[in-house]
Amino acid sequence: MTLISAFVAGVLFGGGLLLSRMSNPDNVLAFLDVAADWRPALLYTMAAAVIVAFPAFWVVRRSQRSWLGVAAELPDRFRLDAPLIVGSAIFGVGWGLSGICPGPALLLLTRADRGAIIFALALALGMLVRVPSAESAPRSRQRRLHEPSH
Amino acid sequence: MGPEQIPISQSVLGGALIGAGAAVLILFNGRVAGISGILGRILHGDPGPGGWRIAFLSGLLLPALLLGPGVKGLQAPWPLLATAGLLVGFGTRLGSGCTSGHGVCGVANLSPRSFIATGIFIGVAMLTVFLARHAGWAS
Repeated sequence: MTLISAFVAGVLFGGGLLLSRMSNPDNVLAFLDVAADWRPALLYTMAAAVIVAFPAFWVVRRSQRSWLGVAAELPDRFRLDAPLIVGSAIFGVGWGLSGICPGPALLLLTRADRGAIIFALALALGMLVRVPSAESAPRSRQRRLHEPSH
Repeated sequence: MGPEQIPISQSVLGGALIGAGAAVLILFNGRVAGISGILGRILHGDPGPGGWRIAFLSGLLLPALLLGPGVKGLQAPWPLLATAGLLVGFGTRLGSGCTSGHGVCGVANLSPRSFIATGIFIGVAMLTVFLARHAGWAS
């Protein structure tokens, strides 16, 4: 059952990426380019995705279990550390250079275009570099944004 | 090619489908639909219990396999694509998430950590595009 639900989740996600046209890097770059003919489409797409996903996260955050009885694995919401900030900034540079983030990179691969293959190989290589785990960082180097009340 | 004119209804419906996918994965599997995390763990040899990460990625690719990715081909020169790919791969793993994991799921989960990550990667990406296109840092 969990394999079917994961597959269905993937189909919905991939179908949504296609329908929103955000698999086309030009549409992403048109959102990121605030100094020219700015196109807000990515914002509408992201806002709609967040609004639809919000109730589901609210439910599982409280129950801590999925509807199939699996223990939920929700990431820490409050830890603030250097890897989060530095990693997000590095991702931002790559995203701004190309207009491609990991989801669209995979969709683009389905055409086996030379550029898409080069991007995906580089993406995989970047992911295979061992990163210092945030959990192993000294506690003194971490900050908590807010102590959860429960 | 340049950007397309996308009707707002299409952007919203596409986003709703993305959100529905994220909702299904958290409701039934108790997992976050973060593509960099899912892909990164598979690459490190961890497909998850039952191989659910493979099942998710197979589903993700199905619409594009049937209909095509909707893009002709990438126009950017290959050294730029290779550099950008490396940065996206390394940055998303170091920062524990990308547009899907932090931008959609983390924000929907009201995670301050994801608000910060999303603000940083969108802001830095906007700055990068500005420098490349309008400040003469790239041709």
